[in-house]
Amino acid sequence: MGIIDQILAGEVRATARLLRDIDDQVSSSQTILRELYPYTGKAYVVGFTGSPGVGKSTLVDQLALRYRKEGKTVGILAVDPTSPFSGGAILGDRIRMQRHFLDSGVFIRSLATRGHFGGLTRSTNDMINVLDAMGKDVILVETVGVGQDEVEIAQSAHTTIVVTIPGMGDEIQAIKAGIMEIGSIFVVNKADREGSRKTVREIRNLVELGMRRREESNGWEPLIVETEAVKGRGIEDLFQGIEKHRDYLLANDRGQLDDVLQKRARNQLMEALRDEALKTIVGRLESRGVLIDDLVRKVVDKESDPYSVVQQVLAEELR
Amino acid sequence: MEKDRKLRILIAKPGLDGHDRGARVIARAFRDAGFEVVYTGCHQTPEQIVSTAIQEDVDMVGLSILSGAHTYSFPRIMELLRENRAEDITVIGGGIFPLEDIPKLKDVGIKEIFEPGAKLQDIIGWVRENVKPREAVSL
Ligand SMILES: Nc1nc2c(ncn2[C@@H]2O[C@H](COP(=O)(O)OP(=O)(O)O)[C@@H](O)[C@H]2O)c(=O)[nH]1
Ligand SMILES: [Mg+2]
Repeated sequence: MGIIDQILAGEVRATARLLRDIDDQVSSSQTILRELYPYTGKAYVVGFTGSPGVGKSTLVDQLALRYRKEGKTVGILAVDPTSPFSGGAILGDRIRMQRHFLDSGVFIRSLATRGHFGGLTRSTNDMINVLDAMGKDVILVETVGVGQDEVEIAQSAHTTIVVTIPGMGDEIQAIKAGIMEIGSIFVVNKADREGSRKTVREIRNLVELGMRRREESNGWEPLIVETEAVKGRGIEDLFQGIEKHRDYLLANDRGQLDDVLQKRARNQLMEALRDEALKTIVGRLESRGVLIDDLVRKVVDKESDPYSVVQQVLAEELR
Repeated sequence: MEKDRKLRILIAKPGLDGHDRGARVIARAFRDAGFEVVYTGCHQTPEQIVSTAIQEDVDMVGLSILSGAHTYSFPRIMELLRENRAEDITVIGGGIFPLEDIPKLKDVGIKEIFEPGAKLQDIIGWVRENVKPREAVSL
């Protein structure tokens, strides 16, 4: 059986190895992705974002359990940060997901950001497609949760869940500009702690403010759910909330769903275009014996400037 | 644009003893050496360890142990790797072992055993020398 058939048959080892190649940008993986693409589009993708320690992994673990009760198969992609100093990473999200390790209906992959900003890895969208093609019904994506503008997930997920904890209502408003706009659902986790109610109120105010401000919200009012993930409390509400959002996307002739798909496709297309264009141009330069380092030198020595160099390069290489 | 492959390593802790300081120290050392380390916490069964190693497509599994559970868990892990045709994954052990057990562990396929006195730099050096990222899959 070739690699394509192995992936389509849901073979774990083949899938795991392909994901590795995608992450490492091995060029043959692109050919495989191309062949898998027609088989994608069936999985439902749910994204989780929020600061480190708020309970994203624990929520993912609980939701995976809930989806398994429905008989759905689950793929999980969990992102942790790469150390900018060593290029290494400790990927620890699995610690909260141990109960799924022996369930063949759950596939978990830990990912390192590898210098990519925006909350995901540059490979995440491709990996979602692979897990989709291998037959996973639901794909849960946990972002790294350290950046201030982790909005990339909203372009990859059908439903985006922003996770907070009591006392963080202000922080959301002050620091994480942009985060209010991406949440389909807001979770106040660790509801066992003091101040949960207050945080729910604060978020509700922010949501209402946002609803009034943006007309294009298209009738979806973000839900706010309280959970205590470690004990499984509120998980049913969260699950029902995701279902409700899904129904909303599918209503009216799938109009909203199409918006989501367009956003994702556009994002992926532009990213690929940028990558390929850069690769092509650098390749052509090098084949003429022009090194980026030489161009850098010119700019440093004030022989030229970045703007003229770029114009020159484009004029030469894109003829 | 093929870049250098990153070494991916699973640090796992089989057995029942609850503290994982040693495992955390080695995980951090490996991260600082530039490796991607998947860390799964305590109380892992051989089945869980092998399933994780395969899903995460690691090049090496480092088993940290204190409780003496190695006589069962190490051979079992090697057996499960073979059953899953994943015996190309290197397995090493670290922790406290009775001297006479070490040859037995190497017999079942554990590549190297590091005892508590081992220097982190030496362990990292051994990994660099002996573990290479796997080949890409082909169509
Ligand atoms: N008190 C309390 N602790 C929780 C809750 N959910 C998660 N935690 C704990 O918060 C810590 C971080 O959780 P984790 O899921 O790893 O957070 P992440 O970094 O956002 O993925 C862990 O020690 C969890 O056990 C909760 O509902 N209540
Ligand atoms: Mg986490």
